[in-house]
This record gives sequence, structure tokens and C-alpha cells, in this order.
Amino acid sequence: MRIEILGTGCKKCEKLEENAKKAVESAGIDAVVVKVDDMKSIMQYGVMSTPGLVIDREVKSTGKVLSPEEIEKLIK
Amino acid sequence: MLEILNRIWSVFTAILQFTWLYDGVAYLVENVFQLSMESNLGSSVHFFIYDVIKILILLSIMIFIISYIRSYFPPERTKRILEKLGGIKGNIMASLLGTVTPFCSCSSVPIFIGFVESGVNLGMTFSFLITSPLINQGAIVVLLAAFGWRVALLYVVMGVVIGIIGGIVIGKLGLEDQVEGYVYEMKMGSGEVESLTRKQRIEYALGEVKEIVSRVWVYLLIGIGLGAAIHGWAPEEILTRYAGPDNPFAVLVGVAIGIPLYADVIGTIPIAQALISKGMGMGTALSFMMSVAALSIPAMILLRKVIKPKLLGIFVAITGCSIVLVGYVFNFILH
Repeated sequence: MRIEILGTGCKKCEKLEENAKKAVESAGIDAVVVKVDDMKSIMQYGVMSTPGLVIDREVKSTGKVLSPEEIEKLIK
Repeated sequence: MLEILNRIWSVFTAILQFTWLYDGVAYLVENVFQLSMESNLGSSVHFFIYDVIKILILLSIMIFIISYIRSYFPPERTKRILEKLGGIKGNIMASLLGTVTPFCSCSSVPIFIGFVESGVNLGMTFSFLITSPLINQGAIVVLLAAFGWRVALLYVVMGVVIGIIGGIVIGKLGLEDQVEGYVYEMKMGSGEVESLTRKQRIEYALGEVKEIVSRVWVYLLIGIGLGAAIHGWAPEEILTRYAGPDNPFAVLVGVAIGIPLYADVIGTIPIAQALISKGMGMGTALSFMMSVAALSIPAMILLRKVIKPKLLGIFVAITGCSIVLVGYVFNFILH
């Protein structure tokens, strides 16, 4: 599984990345968490409010910081 | 209309009944701290504690309500509304949507690209980008608490007008070549706007309350602390002479100080409130707060990623001038 965090490096994006890593760890799933800060890739997903969370190339949330628990529900 | 608003406001304050808070804090100051309410120190301590608690309560309630409304206007939807419009109508709509669309300066670049890519014209994009940070939910709440709904409403109306005019002027100047080339090459995927359930909206609004309060409380404490100090000590004559509504340069100086100042606008409001009570012009204080909100160096650095220096300069100049103008208007009206 490939989890992408879309964002240009604001505090919220860092927090979301952190939460995603926690979620992966506690769910015990084989997944990579990648930070995407390239504008082109972010726009290709059609995301205008960062941070965005993408799982296997599908946008799951935009503009908010999900908690580790919420992310766990999405990846299970 | 005024009658109704007045009634709503008085009901609102009556529900919150801040007199209990006022009296409670007064009791604390006189009996626990052993300070007279008539002394400078006593009244400053009272002002500080009372204001911090009052504003935190108001901030939490109002941000919840505003965020709930805002959850209906994600930027993706705003974009879809705007791409069908043009002309002055487009500027008005862009500026109005700027007040309700959730905005954080870190999203200004993707929003800019998204708008331009989908054919929203440059003037409309700027109408949105000028209004959005100006009408900041926290700032509105604190304005409401400090000065009542009249000033808060006037602030919102002025903010929207600045966005409309700024956008129209930038649109008329034909500066499309001043946008960084790569912006036009961007291909935007069709973002699905997730429709939220009521539970998700409530969660979002609660999350916003938590996020904003935890971010601004330090600024609030500093601001209210400084405000309390000014309240108790600053001499009235000096402020009235130098920053009062009769000094034509006060507004200009206020805006010039506000631009490089990287503070949260919410923290500047309690300071402004104290300065006004000591004789500073209302317009001077408001234009200072607007320049802190709308024109900050970090926001400019972000915008520089998508627009060339010339357009950035024009954006700053137009927004700055409009804010100065608003300051004079306010000083004139509220004199």
C-alpha cells in the first residue's frame, strides 16, 4: 500500500505525515508513507486545500489533519 | 435590519451573561489577590483575567459555528462556482466566497493554480486572495467581543469591498504575463468533492476550534497582557495627540508597521482595543489589523512561487492603499 501526503511543507502537512506513520505502525500493515511536495503532482490529484491524504492513488481527504485512528480506519 | 441585529446581539450577550464572569473575577481580584479594583494594578489584573476567559469562550463557540458553515464551501466547490463567472459580477462573487471558503496561507499556492488553470480570470483570483485572509474567522470573533457587531460588520463589508476593488484593478491592468509560466502548464485532475455527513461537519468544526485555539492562545495572552498594561498605565494625551483620528499620518504609519509584523491578527486586537480606549482612532487601529492580516511576509513568499515580483508588488500596493483608505473612512465615520 502506498500512502501519499500532499502538501507544500506547512505544519499541518507534517502533522498528517506523522499521524499516517503512527496509523501504519499500529495497524501493522505493510505500507509506505511518502511526502509529496511537488505542485504538479498535487494538482494532478485535483487537490486545492492541503494537506491531502492519498491512498493507492485515490484522494481520501483534503484540507484537514486526520488523527491516527481515522487514518487506520481508511487503510484497514 | 439594525433593530433586529441589535436584538440578536443583546440576546447573544445575555445568554453568555458575562456579568457573572465580570463579578467573579472582581471577587477574585479583591479577595484572593487583595487588590483594590480602583488601583491601576487591580484593574489591569481584572481586565486581563476577565478578557482572556471571555474571549476564549466566545472564540470556541463562534469558530465552531463559522467552521460548520464553512464546511459547505471547500475551495474545489468555490472554484466550480467561479469558473462560470466573469466581469464585475465575478469579482463580487469571488470576494464574497473568499469570506466563507476555509483558507490557510499554505493553501494559497494550490488555490491560485487551481483557479487560473480552470479559467478563473486573474482579477477574480485576486479578489478571492485579498478577501480570504482579511476576513479571518478568529479576527471577526475577537472584533465582535471587543467592539460589538457594528464594527465587526463594518470590517467584513470593508474587507469584501477591498477584495472586489483590488481584483477589478488587477484584472484591468492585464498582467497575465506576470504569472509564472509553469502555472499555465499545470494540468489539474478532477478533484472529487467529498460530500460530508453532519457528523463529519461537526468533527471538522470541533477540529478547527481545537486547532485555532491552540495556535492563537499565546498571541491572545500576549495581546491581552499588553492591552491590560496599556489600559492601566498608558497616558491618554500622548496617544490622542499622535495616534488620534485627527493626525492624518497615523493611518499610514499603522499600515506600514503592520506589513512586516508577523503576528497573529487575533493577538493584535486586544492591543488595538486598549489603544482605542486611550484615544487612538478606530480607523487607524482597524487598518493596522487589516495590514497584519492581509499582507504578511510569509504569505508574500508563498505567492512569489506563482507570480512574478512586479505583480506581487502591485498586489501589495493596491491592497495596502485600499487598507489606508478604509482607515480614513473609519476614522471619519466613527469620529
